[in-house]
Amino acid sequence: MSAAARVPERFAERSAGTAAWVAGLEAAALLAIDPVGLGGAMLRGGPGLARDCWLAALTARLAAGVPVRRMPAMIDDDRLLGGLDLAATLTAGRPVIQSGLLAATDGGVLVMPSAERISAGLAARIAGAMDRGEVILERDGAARRLPSRFAIVALDESVGDSEAVPLALEDRVAFLIDLTNADPRGAVTAPVRSLAPVRARLAKMKPLDAKAVEALVHTAEAFGVPSLHSVYLAMRAASVIAAQAGRVTVKDEDIAAAARLVLAPRATRLPAEQEPEADEPEAEDETPPDEAGDDDRVSALEDTVLEAVRAAIPDGLLDALQAGKPLRGAQKSAPGGGQMRKSPLRGRPLGSRAGTLKPGTRLSLVDTLRAAAPWQSLRQRETKRAMRVEVRPSDFRIRRFAERREATIIFAVDASGSAAFHRLAEAKGAVELLLAEVYAARTNAALVAFRGAGAELLLPPTRALARARARLAELPGGGGTPLAAGLDAALALALSERSRGRDAMIVLLTDGSANIARDGTGSRVRASAEAQEAATRIGVEGIATVFIDNAPRPRPESRGLAAAMNARYLALPYLDATGVRNAVRASSPQASRGAR
Amino acid sequence: MSKAFPFAAIVGQDEMKTALLIAATDPSVGGVMVFGDRGTGKSTAVRALAALLPQIKVVKGCRFNCDPASPAADCLDGCGAVKGRKKLVAVEVPVPVVDLPLGATEDRVVGALDLERALTRGEKAFEPGLLARAHRGFLYIDEVNLLEDHLVDLLLDVAVSRENIVEREGLSVRHPAKFVLVGSGNPEEGELRPQLLDRFGLSVEVRTPQKLADRVEVLRRCDAFERDPVNFMKTWAPKSSETRDLVAAARGRVGAVSVPDAALEMMSNLCVAVSADGLRGELTLMRAARAAAALADDTIVGVPHIRAVAPLALRHRLRRNPLDQTDSGARITRAMDEVLVS
Repeated sequence: MSAAARVPERFAERSAGTAAWVAGLEAAALLAIDPVGLGGAMLRGGPGLARDCWLAALTARLAAGVPVRRMPAMIDDDRLLGGLDLAATLTAGRPVIQSGLLAATDGGVLVMPSAERISAGLAARIAGAMDRGEVILERDGAARRLPSRFAIVALDESVGDSEAVPLALEDRVAFLIDLTNADPRGAVTAPVRSLAPVRARLAKMKPLDAKAVEALVHTAEAFGVPSLHSVYLAMRAASVIAAQAGRVTVKDEDIAAAARLVLAPRATRLPAEQEPEADEPEAEDETPPDEAGDDDRVSALEDTVLEAVRAAIPDGLLDALQAGKPLRGAQKSAPGGGQMRKSPLRGRPLGSRAGTLKPGTRLSLVDTLRAAAPWQSLRQRETKRAMRVEVRPSDFRIRRFAERREATIIFAVDASGSAAFHRLAEAKGAVELLLAEVYAARTNAALVAFRGAGAELLLPPTRALARARARLAELPGGGGTPLAAGLDAALALALSERSRGRDAMIVLLTDGSANIARDGTGSRVRASAEAQEAATRIGVEGIATVFIDNAPRPRPESRGLAAAMNARYLALPYLDATGVRNAVRASSPQASRGAR
Repeated sequence: MSKAFPFAAIVGQDEMKTALLIAATDPSVGGVMVFGDRGTGKSTAVRALAALLPQIKVVKGCRFNCDPASPAADCLDGCGAVKGRKKLVAVEVPVPVVDLPLGATEDRVVGALDLERALTRGEKAFEPGLLARAHRGFLYIDEVNLLEDHLVDLLLDVAVSRENIVEREGLSVRHPAKFVLVGSGNPEEGELRPQLLDRFGLSVEVRTPQKLADRVEVLRRCDAFERDPVNFMKTWAPKSSETRDLVAAARGRVGAVSVPDAALEMMSNLCVAVSADGLRGELTLMRAARAAAALADDTIVGVPHIRAVAPLALRHRLRRNPLDQTDSGARITRAMDEVLVS
């Protein structure tokens, strides 16, 4: 922090930080009243004072004896769900089942550091236990149901858009809190009082009436909150807020506060700018006419709630919403994103499973011994041999690893006469630069060239950089532009790569002026139509594509082609290699991630 | 165990309810896959199934759910051996709806050596797993797309062969395992392998209700159930028993439903029109239409029944036409408009 010379600015910064902290603290206070009912919270922001203070504030307010446990992001099923306690089993001479972390957290709070690293499978296990209120243990010969009702506090330390806390978890917590800029230092902390009377009131809370639920549902719809579960959590939050205020009925102000806390951070759009009156005819369709007397209250309540949410949307979010940018929740993994897959040989360890030893697998010795241990006394009685340890093939545990999927970038290069003389050299330069990048990212590269009567696969998918470079250098130019044939060839290759479990991406370098039809005859009209059709096929198959237009004067048809392919379009009349590289890098998360 | 939300109290989601009722009426349609967004009541509906089905008779004490009328000859609990000499004791139990949780180990799914007996008494005995427990009932996998591949393969094998064969830890055991596989999953969280998808007879897609009034009703019912499950169940008991009676009646009727040649032809044409892969689609369509007729108390399969079930039976079997971006539901509707004539 800079010197005290710029006092006003610092003061403003400080108060914004304090405001963020106070908002976060408000949620912590509510969560402490009914952790299980509210599901928990997601805290954004790295480790630091604010986060520690928030967790301390929550813990201080929880009822006595409520467990607060931490869960590592890489926890395995034995520890999470439970399983055979090997040491105890061997000592006791009978199976001893150890319950896991989820059962141990029953009634309490599960804190998850680095929640953005939690895998979909782990998130589904946790979410399943939260939904059912119990852990169904079907492991290591044990079948049990263990009560497991808990709240989660997911600590989201993600940087950038590439990682995020699984939506399955985000969906199950009431509060999304951003502590990135929160500063607890300036805040006045009220002394913590016992929440027992509040909890007692909550137990006697009257249900929300239809109007209140309606107001929340309409607000969620207006702000594009996708999941009904969030609205349900807002309903519960309203009850908790009412109990906190010393009441056993939920008032309109509680509804507004709950919407502000639960729904506002999940907004994905802003309500259409229209007067509330314009909404009414639609609303009448849905509400039975006999309830018309209450309509005034409904719309008044709805306005209050909408306003509360609108006011609570953080600045950055508002800008993004107005710019129409897709937000979290709308995100989808792009093809070429390098999905994780299981591999027996390399990658991040994924635990082990039973299997047979064969070439290409690796034995997990410790797990194998673990599997063999319980059976020792039985086996020795059977075989009447006094061996130290008797391991049988059924004990073998094979290691598994998670490996990022391989990817292939297919370069489809226009080597026709129109492109050739002044452009081809530049295209070659760009492709060569990309090849180096591809190599660093451990991606495969393939080269399709089209000129004259048709397309030719110059280089099947390979990682051999030298070969790729040589074929590229030999690439002759001249002749017509059989664009459709080039696109067909690239697509066929992409599909065959996909069927081999690789993610494919096409980088198309052309000036887009098709003049040779698929049958090799020169017809500009037919060639364009066919090219358009071929482009559509690529778009429908959902192959990630970059269209680099190197025409001196880019033509509108090229844009049409790019749109049909769903491609990232880039007009680069002066094909500079760096521009091309950046475009491809931006379109392929695989390449950028791999190179890191 | 927590109480299951009553099936009848689920708002909307007619397609999912239809599919589950059809599978309950005629288990041979071969399983239901439910795709959908989070928080749409997928698992609620499946877990509510048990309360919906007429109870079945099983041999008392048999861990393999043997039918007293025809016990498995080689039942490990000796049901087959008893036959003839003395009567088996039968008890009525709810149809099993067995949850296969993520993280289940293979030994618990297929069954394994009984660890307790092996350790304490040094005996080699078979401890049946979830497949035995699900025999004659339903096996439910939430988030099926996240289940370990080797378990999925194993389930597919058993679902087709209807028999569980265990060869492990020196045991060699086989027992019947006939069950309806019900899966649910969120497509955002991982694709389902096509060969697995094809094994499900019916596939439905559930969404958050579109009408705001429906959403309000969903939330109010959830809230009421959460507050006072016992009372909520009581309120819905008449509706629930209505549905239960319907399923029981439909089960009795389904064998007598006839499928006229004209209907068969229409179904074939429909499959051709949407280029649904394989014979499995046609067979499922026919069985599902028959069950739909039985549920509607009709004795002959007609156009309305086919129309009601075709999207469920065919949606996941369409070969993709790269130049046609319309979604599979719309393609089936279009084909039905062309092919189905009453």
